[in-house]
Amino acid sequence: MAEQVFAELIRKEQLKEDIFKFSVKAPSIVREAKPGNFIEIRITEQTEPFLRRPISIYHLDRENGILEFIFQVKGKGTQILAKRDVGKEIDIIGPIGYGTFKYDDYQNIAIIGGGIGVFPLYELAKEAKADNKNVTTYLGFRNKDFVVVEEEFKNVSDELILTTDDGSYARKGFAINYLEEDIKAGKVDAIYACGPLPMLKAVQKLAIEKEIPCQISLEEKMACGLGVCLGCAVKTAKSPKDAPQYLHVCKAGPVFNAKDVEI
Amino acid sequence: MNTAVNLAGIKMKNPVTVASGTFGYGREFSNFFDLSKLGGIITKGTSLKPKSGNKPSRVYETPSGMLNSIGLQNPGVEYFAQNDLPFLKKFNTAIIVNACGSSIEEYVELCKVLNKLDIDGVELNLSCPNVKAGCMAFGNTYEGVKQVTSEVRKVLDKPLIVKLTPNVTDIASIAKAVEDAGADGVSLINTLLGMKIDIDKRKPVLANNTGGLSGPAIRPVAVRMVYQVAQAVNIPVLGMGGIVNGEDAIEFMLAGATAISIGAGNFINPYTSVKTVEEIENYMKKYDIEDINSIVGTVQMN
Repeated sequence: MAEQVFAELIRKEQLKEDIFKFSVKAPSIVREAKPGNFIEIRITEQTEPFLRRPISIYHLDRENGILEFIFQVKGKGTQILAKRDVGKEIDIIGPIGYGTFKYDDYQNIAIIGGGIGVFPLYELAKEAKADNKNVTTYLGFRNKDFVVVEEEFKNVSDELILTTDDGSYARKGFAINYLEEDIKAGKVDAIYACGPLPMLKAVQKLAIEKEIPCQISLEEKMACGLGVCLGCAVKTAKSPKDAPQYLHVCKAGPVFNAKDVEI
Repeated sequence: MNTAVNLAGIKMKNPVTVASGTFGYGREFSNFFDLSKLGGIITKGTSLKPKSGNKPSRVYETPSGMLNSIGLQNPGVEYFAQNDLPFLKKFNTAIIVNACGSSIEEYVELCKVLNKLDIDGVELNLSCPNVKAGCMAFGNTYEGVKQVTSEVRKVLDKPLIVKLTPNVTDIASIAKAVEDAGADGVSLINTLLGMKIDIDKRKPVLANNTGGLSGPAIRPVAVRMVYQVAQAVNIPVLGMGGIVNGEDAIEFMLAGATAISIGAGNFINPYTSVKTVEEIENYMKKYDIEDINSIVGTVQMN
């Protein structure tokens, strides 16, 4: 159940010019959180910028009660957040979302991520591997300058397949092409995906065609993250055109079964 | 020290309520604090039949506020009566149902159902800017407001408050229509109609193009309108629009509001409403105010 904590920022690391990794002390959230959950961060005590920022959880250090999240500086909210000094507190509500990654029923797990969408997949890979699942991770980046957390994913995957769109680093092409080959070879029991919308759409299509269970993590603009504003709506699959039905990212999600949603 | 108020026949232990659409049916916030600490809860806008709401994107942040175009997504009054009302009844707080419809007949049918429920009052939503039919379409003329309110009054014995849209030229005359139709109170303001354009895509950010603006950005407009309405009518006013703390709440009460609602402020901090209750008490102590009702409408104009 989500709660509000004022978590001390204990470590701060700049992974790229615009990408930061924050480690905060938040034992109660870490205890409750599951792979796929996210948190909502209040940027300032003032009312500008107004809304909290939803940010995915990267890593849960359960032993030490430390939560790590990685974010890209995109607008004024994340700009202000990136400047927070170590030792200061961050106003966090979490963990958020009842829809989390579930892997108990499967042995051969394929995790596919693209760009900054790779971060919510790390804790999943880590926990699945610790539970003796066979984890293959497929990560796609635009080019070599965009590659992040490669070593970290290598350590929690049985195999890491890394691609760049232009071939400037690792394998050339899209991560999904390599996933597709492994599906054809019968090496995949379930797929877990997070990343840009075109990638998610392609993964969803592939999984449905090949009849492989697939869980995707979605985002949508939201105001509260508490399940009351009903802003972060996602259309359900096969809902009638004249009466569309919606689920919400902060409640039923952020992880959905690929066959349940229209994206 | 007395913080209790009587809003249009609804007795509340303090003047703090939560605005429709920013608090669901209370469940989510009950994980954070005891809902009995609030004067009242105004439910999510509820219609006769379930509504699925608008296409996403539905919300967008703006300077000191936000735009929304949810489209009154709600499970319908039957579901509310069976699932949410029994939950809300566990708390010692006034329950006011925000009622919305797309025709006069629908408003009347809905209020017939609400009249039989164990609730403290109805807030008639004549002001949602995000649906094609009903709501604001009735709410922006004297005649429209008077007609709907009168028809509802005939079937509703419970306290009736009518929520006004600020998207009108003369809000005082609209409030007068509410009073003339026999309602017990007015609430204002609903959101101001707004729009945000994505300059890369050259398209509005909301799928519905326009949406309702709320948050501190609209507060001065709301305070002005509450003042004007309080001057024009003799029925009590429930004031709202960008309230995020006790100071803001007091401002509305000085302008003439008997009670206030926290809206978008619930989104940025789940404790905004209970903190506001405490801060109102602090203000009373600071100025040695015995009864909160004694400050209502006491602003002295220059």
